Amino acid sequence: MKTIKTCVTALISALLVFSNVAYADKWSDQFPHIKATGDIPGECSYESMSKKDYSGKTLKINTHAVPVMGEPTALHAEQFAKLTGAKVDVTHTPAGDLYAKAMVPFQAGQAPYDIVFGFSNFINDWRRYLAPVPKKYTDMKQMKDVTPSHIGIASWDGVMYQFPVDGDRHYLKYRKDVIDNPEYKKKYKADTGKELKVPTTWKEYGEMAAYFNDWDWDGDGEKEYGSAEVMKKDDLMYAAFYSRSAAYSKNPKTPGGFFFDLETMTPLINNPGFVEALTDWVAATKYVPPGGINFGLGDEIGSFGGGQTLFSFSWDDAFVAAMQPDSPINNKVGAAQLPGSTKVWNRKTNSWDEGFNQAPFFVWGWAVGVAKKSKEQEMAFDYLCFFANEANHQADIGIGRFGVNPFRDADFQADVWTQIGWDKDIAQSYVDTLAEMEKSKNRVFPLRVPGTFEFNAALATAAAKALAGQLSPQAALDEAAKQWNDILNRVGKDNVRKAYAVGVAMEDNKL
Amino acid sequence: MAVITTATTNKIQKYFMNFKHKFVFLFPGLFVLIGILIFPIIFTIRLSLSGWNSYTPEMNFIGITNYIRLFTDDPRFWESFFRLSFLSVSTVILQYIIGFALALMVWKEIKFKRFFRVIFLIPMMTTPVIMTVIWRTFFHESLGPVNDLLGHIGIGPILWLSDPVIAKFTVIIVEVWQWTPFMFLLLLAGLLSLPKEPFLAAAIDGASPLRKFVYVTFPLMAPISIGAIIIRLIEASKIMDTVFVLTSGGPGTATETSSFYIYIKGLREFQMGYAATLSFTYLVIMIISLTIIAKVLTKLMIKE
Repeated sequence: MKTIKTCVTALISALLVFSNVAYADKWSDQFPHIKATGDIPGECSYESMSKKDYSGKTLKINTHAVPVMGEPTALHAEQFAKLTGAKVDVTHTPAGDLYAKAMVPFQAGQAPYDIVFGFSNFINDWRRYLAPVPKKYTDMKQMKDVTPSHIGIASWDGVMYQFPVDGDRHYLKYRKDVIDNPEYKKKYKADTGKELKVPTTWKEYGEMAAYFNDWDWDGDGEKEYGSAEVMKKDDLMYAAFYSRSAAYSKNPKTPGGFFFDLETMTPLINNPGFVEALTDWVAATKYVPPGGINFGLGDEIGSFGGGQTLFSFSWDDAFVAAMQPDSPINNKVGAAQLPGSTKVWNRKTNSWDEGFNQAPFFVWGWAVGVAKKSKEQEMAFDYLCFFANEANHQADIGIGRFGVNPFRDADFQADVWTQIGWDKDIAQSYVDTLAEMEKSKNRVFPLRVPGTFEFNAALATAAAKALAGQLSPQAALDEAAKQWNDILNRVGKDNVRKAYAVGVAMEDNKL
Repeated sequence: MAVITTATTNKIQKYFMNFKHKFVFLFPGLFVLIGILIFPIIFTIRLSLSGWNSYTPEMNFIGITNYIRLFTDDPRFWESFFRLSFLSVSTVILQYIIGFALALMVWKEIKFKRFFRVIFLIPMMTTPVIMTVIWRTFFHESLGPVNDLLGHIGIGPILWLSDPVIAKFTVIIVEVWQWTPFMFLLLLAGLLSLPKEPFLAAAIDGASPLRKFVYVTFPLMAPISIGAIIIRLIEASKIMDTVFVLTSGGPGTATETSSFYIYIKGLREFQMGYAATLSFTYLVIMIISLTIIAKVLTKLMIKE
């Protein structure tokens, strides 16, 4: 009986495996992008899409500039067009203009684009102009694997408006070949009296980055530097600042708001916790590569991914770029939680609480929706479903420049990454880092309130002034807090409070 | 009575025929003028009195609230305006000096005159955004060739784009490179149209080349110089693409100009009403400033 069961199981497994291979052979010949997995059966697979006929129809998409998100959008548009006969027009827009490019026609009651890409924190402003994701798609198998936090991110009041294509968070990336190097450990100890290890606080991060700055520590004939960070104003630098601030300002003992005090709606961004973080960041301008103060996300990816710096922290892209086979530092990098701090500001007692504190920052990420006024909604949702099908997703997450990062439970398995050539211990440290963030009870989520753009822009401008030496950290953040109060008065405190309460509930683990 | 009536009728008919005639010919021009100039200005003024933004998607009426905010609570706009003044005046002065020198060089009979004229015009014929991307690559502090070359002779690295002071000069370098040919073109056209007699008289008097330039060429070129300077000032005051691509207004706000700031408020932060207030105020300031500058230049450069 046992033998029969074994034979039947083996037969079924073989059939399943070979049926997949059959798809892989058929579709990966035409679409080499999925050559690693072939097509994976599903409602939006290559096979399923090939049965659709959108000949004579045009799908218009506004997406980010190439490569981050822009390149996979264009690639999958080309594939979708070949499979369905549709004409797909893709417009590429710089990150800073994505919001307005969709918002202007939205407010004018027009739909020049069927699909609009943006950031997930646009959801509060955009949702009234987006079509909810139909039940047909939310019930699909590929959607069931999306983590609950990312389902929440794509939804508002339980209605999904953004089709999950990306999942983002900030974490630390470091050069494993340096941090684990016994000679450097000895040298660092001799020179500084401290241990060389993966930094657990921002102070340690700064000390190590300053030590490994401006000299050739990997023997390639070029100088290397301490850290690559997104410091360019208007290029998501506000997110980098929140990452540095979380450890100093997100106190688990004081629930009820990270950006504002939810009760009074007083901005908290100029409290000593944030000022400490900005002071650290100003010091960081000394250990970034020349010109690092103007690094946007693309520069940061290129700099760390190209082996120019010891550390980096931001989205997954730089890490994945570093791990690509053509990278000079392939399998020489490690991932860890964002550094913490040895003290955290307590806004209730108006004093520092001593002791280690760490707070992951869920930056959320790229988001995409279908315009409510689009006449091609079915085709648009099919395209998005195809974009994020299992085969495309697995191929996309392995290409750093694509900006497509893990958001499915299956992505948190080390095997997914070892299959594309990552060393087992690196893959394990990567998925452990991501998984630990999901489990943390002291998380920070970004603002998704009316006027999000204004709040973040005001903060970015103030932080940029401090980085450029135009203002002290305290003066810069006081300026930002004043502007936040002005914005609150314009938007209405109650409007902002109502939306902010949703994020606070997530941070306080009530949702 | 009948005669008078007929005459009057003829007059009226003639008047109306003439009127229609004029109207028919004037209408297209008027229509275009209203469509592309008057309507946008009126619309901008109306928009500036509204609070249209991402959370108030309507042309409501909030009176002069935006103007009060601008004049009492927005130092960043005024800082960007004074920065713009510095950048535009300095770039135009440099363009004028270099452009005049190049025009004088190829005005005279020299070898390869046509070749040089074409060479000098090339920067102007390139696309500003693309050229700025190339300049940004040149000036990239850690990967660009400029610092690499300077490093070979022991200089640098110079923080071309990340030092608040040097970044302004980098913007000036790119602007001067791009737009000096325009100044060169206008001034060369002016030189070629100058009458020969004053130069003959100066030669007969034995004037040196310097005296010829100071007392003949420069005064004769004054009207065209003023025109060229004003045209370039108008263009330079709209500087946007160079700043956008080269520095994004940074580091901090060190290279942020008025037009870039208005762009940020309007199209990045989506404060449409407030951005309209900034635009209209900026337009008024520019009209007044340029009128004064033109009068001052005329007084300084044209002697009766």
